[in-house]
Amino acid sequence: MDFRTLFEPKTMAVVGLSLSNERHPANIIYNKNYFRYPVKVFGVNPKGGMYHKEKIYRAISEIPEKIDLAVIAVRAEHVPGVLKECIDSWVGGAIVISGGFAETGRLDLRRQFEEIATQADFPILGPNCLGIYSSGLVDSLFLPSERMVRPDPGNVAIVSQSGGILVDQMVKFSEQGVGLSRAVSIGNKAAVKELDLLNYLARDEKTDVIAFYIEGFGPGEGREFVTAAGRSPKPVIVMKAGKSQAGSRAVSSHTASIAGDYAVFSSVMSQYGIVEAKDEYAMVSFCESLSCYPKGIEGRVGIVTASGGHGAVAVDTCEASGLIVPQFSMEVQEALRGRLSASIQPIASLGNPIDLTGSARDDDFVIAASELSRLPDVDCVIVLLLPYIPEVTSDVGARLSRVYQEEGKPIVAYVPHVEKYMMIIEGFQLNKVPVSSSIEGAVLMVEAMKRCMQC
Amino acid sequence: MLNKTASAIIESSRKYGWVLEPDAKRLFAEAGFDVPRFEWVRSVDEAVAAGERAGWPAVAKVVSPEVIHKSDVGGVAVGIEGPDEMREVFGRLSGIAGFEGVLVEEMIPGIELIVGGKIDEQFGPVVLAGMGGMGVEIYKDTAIRMAPITEGNVGSMLDEITAVGILRGYRGSAGVDMGKLKKLIADFSALMMEMADQIESVDLNPVICTEKKCVIADARIILKKNDN
Repeated sequence: MDFRTLFEPKTMAVVGLSLSNERHPANIIYNKNYFRYPVKVFGVNPKGGMYHKEKIYRAISEIPEKIDLAVIAVRAEHVPGVLKECIDSWVGGAIVISGGFAETGRLDLRRQFEEIATQADFPILGPNCLGIYSSGLVDSLFLPSERMVRPDPGNVAIVSQSGGILVDQMVKFSEQGVGLSRAVSIGNKAAVKELDLLNYLARDEKTDVIAFYIEGFGPGEGREFVTAAGRSPKPVIVMKAGKSQAGSRAVSSHTASIAGDYAVFSSVMSQYGIVEAKDEYAMVSFCESLSCYPKGIEGRVGIVTASGGHGAVAVDTCEASGLIVPQFSMEVQEALRGRLSASIQPIASLGNPIDLTGSARDDDFVIAASELSRLPDVDCVIVLLLPYIPEVTSDVGARLSRVYQEEGKPIVAYVPHVEKYMMIIEGFQLNKVPVSSSIEGAVLMVEAMKRCMQC
Repeated sequence: MLNKTASAIIESSRKYGWVLEPDAKRLFAEAGFDVPRFEWVRSVDEAVAAGERAGWPAVAKVVSPEVIHKSDVGGVAVGIEGPDEMREVFGRLSGIAGFEGVLVEEMIPGIELIVGGKIDEQFGPVVLAGMGGMGVEIYKDTAIRMAPITEGNVGSMLDEITAVGILRGYRGSAGVDMGKLKKLIADFSALMMEMADQIESVDLNPVICTEKKCVIADARIILKKNDN
């Protein structure tokens, strides 16, 4: 089955376009793609007529071009009919926005939907989903463009059972400067499931990191998913909702009691090297980190800071996360000390964390990061950058990124995310060095590299 | 595939919904696992004779299709020192609901572990291993893996257990035969794959491990409910 037509359609039909309601999901989807995306859009409504200056087709079969993608936003009872029409017209893929199937008790409609989907040799997303946002190519999210926060195009794909969580993740990606390749809401996943998208995205040349928000797998589906994720050449990140044990199922063995649904989920994810994010914040941090560094580390961290307090918090957080902060020998410390600015040589403490003090300059950060990058017992460097100390300039982000380019050891930065420090933050981000807005976030970024077996 | 004896044991246990301990132990012994020498006796004289054969101190446990968790109803006696105590224990156990005899076996000192398995709806057969005994649901010091797993992969699983140091030997006390433990868990995961269609979950609790061996001292197999 070819999923490319879902993500990179040349032609698109929007079925259910309204002649009277401009806020109808179909109209929002029609307009945003018509005005802002390269895809050629056709409106469909059985009544026909004109929409703005374009013809409305009474049926997909009337459209004079082959349709790559049909977006269906009609009432649930009409969906099976429209899907059959898609099959007859050789449509390349379909997204069913409409709800009102299993979730409202229309199991008969859900069954019809599934039967048609098995006959179709094209992918059908949904029902009850927002569909696909494919950076720069197509957007079936029925949210007005001006209300949406669009992350920069990038190499992270995110697949979500919940449309709301998906849109929220897009806001967070944008805030944290994480680039997005594809965002997919799969809704009730009657036909296309996580596994199908994992298999496609593992081959998608625009995607390097694949993230999932999962509520639950169907019977046996989890086994297939982790097996495929274990074989994926790209890092897979998962966030799970519904962690509490459902109800008070009578359990007659100790094993069944201890190995509840979530305990099993979490263990099996890590068994297969899938990086599980405990919450949305961790999810964004993991995505940012692995989109820059798709490689695994053991987790031996060198820390560079201008404040002893930040260094101490970072060490505590690293150790709580199972990362190692090795103590440097006197030899290493003295070699580094000799290269630092004369003013900080007598006051800097260099055992790890490297505390350069509030008198440090850009050069000191660059020298410390380079020296640490060359140490065999360090495989990742955290730089806690305090942009308010007097000798630090707005160049420091770009200069530290160069250290990574030259030394090849991952660097993760912490910089408070406020407007006035944007130039430093972009100096990192535009050069593919991840920056967190908190110390905990920076440590999560390192943890992601440690936990990713596919990296 | 399960061999004939194992299939027969499972079939004859369907009426209870689970497999009685002596039958479960036979099933595991048949599959090549180490279980203690045990006898299933119905009378007090047989119990004393079985105790003599097992050697004192011995263990006696109630066999009853109505009792899944034996300790909850006082159905387990350990450290029975001789015939008199065995008679007293037998009398007590015979009053338990659904009494169908007593299982008498040798007492094995060692470290108590749990090795378990269940058929998870999303992931199919999974196995669990960790510190066992009565407090297993209190400490929950266990690790979980999707089955099957190889002996080579059991090492990282055991590393997740907080008390792994005790298994390796701690402050002069002997650890356990890690090789035998790894083999037991890997073999058990393979058996779980074979029994996947028949069962719901399995507790081997405790598995008693010493420097020299790992023995399944108790086994509970909960069968899959027949929906049709």
